[in-house]
Amino acid sequence: MSTGDLIRDERVRGRGLFERVFVRPEIGALAAALVLFVVFAAVSPVFTQPASLATILYGASTVGIMAVGVSLLMIGGEVDLSAGVAVTTSALTAALIAYWFGGNIWWGVLFSLIAALAVGALNGWLLTRTRLSSFIVTLASFFMLTGLNLGVTRMLTGGVATPSIEAAPGYELGREIFAADVPVFGITIKITVFYWIALVIIATWILRRTRVGNWIFASGGAPAAARASGVPVRATKIGLYIGVGFCAWLLAMHQLFAFKTVQSGEGIGNEFLYIIAAVVGGCLMTGGYGSAIGAAIGALIYGMALKGVVYAEWSPDWLKFFLGAMLLAATVFNVYLQRRAARGRIR
Amino acid sequence: MSTSTSTDTFALQLDGITKHFGGIVAIKHFDLQIKPGEIVALVGDNGAGKSTLVKIISGMYQPTAGEIRLNGAPTNFRDPSDARTKGVEVVYQDLALVDLQPVYMNMFLGRELRKKPFGTLDRREMAAQTQALVDELDVRIPSAKAPLSDLSGGQRQGIAIARATNWASSLVLMDEPTAALGVAETARVEQIIMRLRERGAGVLIVSHNMEQVFRVADRVTVLRRGTQVATKRIDEVTHNELIAMITGLTS
Repeated sequence: MSTGDLIRDERVRGRGLFERVFVRPEIGALAAALVLFVVFAAVSPVFTQPASLATILYGASTVGIMAVGVSLLMIGGEVDLSAGVAVTTSALTAALIAYWFGGNIWWGVLFSLIAALAVGALNGWLLTRTRLSSFIVTLASFFMLTGLNLGVTRMLTGGVATPSIEAAPGYELGREIFAADVPVFGITIKITVFYWIALVIIATWILRRTRVGNWIFASGGAPAAARASGVPVRATKIGLYIGVGFCAWLLAMHQLFAFKTVQSGEGIGNEFLYIIAAVVGGCLMTGGYGSAIGAAIGALIYGMALKGVVYAEWSPDWLKFFLGAMLLAATVFNVYLQRRAARGRIR
Repeated sequence: MSTSTSTDTFALQLDGITKHFGGIVAIKHFDLQIKPGEIVALVGDNGAGKSTLVKIISGMYQPTAGEIRLNGAPTNFRDPSDARTKGVEVVYQDLALVDLQPVYMNMFLGRELRKKPFGTLDRREMAAQTQALVDELDVRIPSAKAPLSDLSGGQRQGIAIARATNWASSLVLMDEPTAALGVAETARVEQIIMRLRERGAGVLIVSHNMEQVFRVADRVTVLRRGTQVATKRIDEVTHNELIAMITGLTS
């Protein structure tokens, strides 16, 4: 049978330890996060105080929860431009149902979950049915949801924001579950941080350990090959959009119970924050490559930038410029490392 | 994963397969029997109906008339995944493989092995089985865990063939398996194809390369303009006779 010296094609390079470490999708984001942390820690002594870190984590979690769903979707080869307004749609659904029908707020919470999953399923279904690009399909749903948010809110309440849900039965419980402050070693940490961590763990488990995870990578990286191998590509993609819907609902419930009212014009533009987190974290826009942990580091970078600018007493006007530059730098860095480490691996 | 078949049942049997597209007859009364472990070549000029026949056997098209039998049992295919579950595996020209995933994941894509208690992926077992299979077929790759993008074109086609072989209980259908490969790689892949004889599935190989047909096939069947011209043992036919049958011109 085969002899050792024949096994290796002479044109195929071996991989050293360095190369194997640096093809991890998270590595660029991790380096960037460390640099950013050191810079802000040096500039502002407040930045490294426990209370500040808790605030940073909270900021990161509000992007990070969505980035979990969005990064999985991106590994599956699609984007969701409606993810930002879908959060507002979900919060509005719960608040408006409570306002219009009265009664327990949890009916609104429940119905909002169903609606959020349905919006995701509809996005996925339209995408796989029409075979249009996800950019077009979700751009359309982005605009439609934006219009619905404003239109329905104005129709039912006469204003652009929902009335406070504070008096509704079930509010206290909702606040405990979705917007609680959790004391950890004397520091107060928002409960969203724990939801975020839990989602990242679950998503990583799905990606690395389950068949569905394998299908997500295959559906994104080589949809034709996946289909030919019997992978249910359509169901996988619809499932990924439903996953984004679930994340949107979770974040929406936090916003609802934390702020008590919902502004119907909120959420526009946030979809790009989620995409930035995923891409900075090493997900490829073309699909088939990335990780939920990477997206979490991407969200952490956002959190650090958001609050770090404040702690360093710089003008927050520059935040978005900084985010854009970060996106560019991290992406170029990622691609550079991956090209270098695995020639031919990224095309 | 070949099922045991007695020598008198055919891996694949086609009886009077006919396919019409509107008023056009693409395939007219095509018959073929392939024994387990036999390699049959399907040849013909462009437009002869080879692709139509491939699509019928792989479940993409339903024949207008005629019967398909797998291991002796009459069958029909609703779609390609139905054909696959019934034991027909296709090796495509454009390699239906995922570049960013390791070899063993490609081998088991869509049919991943899982382990108890949580139904998680059994990567170790998949890698071990893949290694055993590529060793058996002598597909020379660095490791079953290597990402596919680390392999050469010939190695990839070797993996695609190994995968098809692993899952085909009746038939491996190859559509121009070496069309995209260089000379040395083609030779490697042909060695792998010939090794399939020992595994018991029938092989139907579509090829434009006459030398290849003579090198690997046991028998050859010729299509010309939708009509089956002849089916011959490869040692009963010369190169020139085969060309004459394909083109319809006598030399």
